[in-house]
Amino acid sequence: MAGSNPNAKPMNLTLKVWRQKNRITKGGIVDYQVKDISPDMSFLEMLDVLNEDLLRQGQEPVAFDHDCREGICGSCNLFINGRAHGPEQGTTTCQLHMRKFSDGDTITIEPWRATAFPVNKDLSVDRSAFDRIIQAGGYVSINTGGTPDANEIPIPKDISDRAFEAATCIGCGACVASCKNASAMLFVSAKVSQLALLPQGHVERKTRVENMVAQMDLEGFGACTNIGSCAAECPVGISLENIAILNQEFLAAKATSNNLA
Amino acid sequence: MSWISKTFSSSIGRKIIMAITGLFLCSFLVVHLVGNLQLFKADNGVAFNAYSEFMGHNPIIRTLEIVLVLGFGFHIYEGLSLAIKNRAARGAQGYVSNHIEQNSSWHSRSMAMLGSIVLFFLIVHLYNFFGSLRFTDVPRDANGNEDAYALVLDAFRNPLYVALYVVAQFALLYHLLHGFSSAFQTLGLVHRKYTPAVKFIGYGFSIVVCAAFAAMPIYFYFFK
Repeated sequence: MAGSNPNAKPMNLTLKVWRQKNRITKGGIVDYQVKDISPDMSFLEMLDVLNEDLLRQGQEPVAFDHDCREGICGSCNLFINGRAHGPEQGTTTCQLHMRKFSDGDTITIEPWRATAFPVNKDLSVDRSAFDRIIQAGGYVSINTGGTPDANEIPIPKDISDRAFEAATCIGCGACVASCKNASAMLFVSAKVSQLALLPQGHVERKTRVENMVAQMDLEGFGACTNIGSCAAECPVGISLENIAILNQEFLAAKATSNNLA
Repeated sequence: MSWISKTFSSSIGRKIIMAITGLFLCSFLVVHLVGNLQLFKADNGVAFNAYSEFMGHNPIIRTLEIVLVLGFGFHIYEGLSLAIKNRAARGAQGYVSNHIEQNSSWHSRSMAMLGSIVLFFLIVHLYNFFGSLRFTDVPRDANGNEDAYALVLDAFRNPLYVALYVVAQFALLYHLLHGFSSAFQTLGLVHRKYTPAVKFIGYGFSIVVCAAFAAMPIYFYFFK
């Protein structure tokens, strides 16, 4: 196989996997052995091997979320050995490779934990709370009519860079999963500052932050205590600066919006 | 007024209350420390008693005292109730394996516990000095001022009080090490140029204030 390391020795691993039938039943950790795992495999491919073994033995495969497997969709959320997306910094679970582990390792795999993220089954959690926060953010007004010229609205390079950095948030929920308060502040702050920094987002700027924060509280996420676990575990490196921007935006909106309710 | 109550009952609004009251209480620490440094003056408490008499009876100080009580009240109430709310948000089922120590500092995660130690200390501290001065007849010194210095001498003969006061200052130290710069972050006062200075000043402030307060019981126990 192109790009594979011919000297890499296959690994045997012990997996401690959270199994849970559905939302209502109580789950628990179940031990599995996987053999002949290539160090070139991604973490999800290793789980595929486990599931094929389980299917062959007539057992229920482990449910886990995944989609693009190239680190941009934010679906593959696993809490691996006590860290969101595993031990490697700045990466999603699908981009975590088995070469980060050693032969004979025991790996604990758990779903995201938060009251606002109920476990659907095994390692798969319901993150629709994030979708509802995004929906609460509403729309962005744009002019209709002819195709606008490129770069019609001038935006300073440093501002567009900061907005783009915030926009790289893939909404995976690692911030919530790793926060001791299960706070969604980093996620919401990335979404709010992305649009607050750009002129296109200014029309609905105040109502957007008011509604998104209200929805965030309604979903049962905790409050931020600035411990910084979220930013440390974020696979795309969203910075804590965004939370400061969110706080500013929220206070300014509350003080000056026309919304009396 | 519902938008105001909504603002300050939201998660960000409550953080802002924590930050403003926290910084206000930091300013109180400075005033309290500067006044109490007179305990180190070698005049057997003459200056300290005069200062204490002033603080106990000046109408402006007595008015500010109400603001101070409100500051403590809001900080303690919001702090404890947010800690309970955050625990509920985390959920009943915790992680089997969680290496949170690899992504955040111990003291930043222990603010509620550290604050509770400081609260316990505060209650004992108020009982030791404020309670006696405000609600009982304290003997007067040669200048006719209430002899607060004698109360200090007496309290710090007890090694249990000395130990509690020193432990509480360690708790306050770690509480402030996170709290000071955290308040600026919460208020959105973050800037690439100034935030390193805020952090540095926060560390210096925490260490100097707590060390000076801790020096008082130690000095009285060993040298008076």
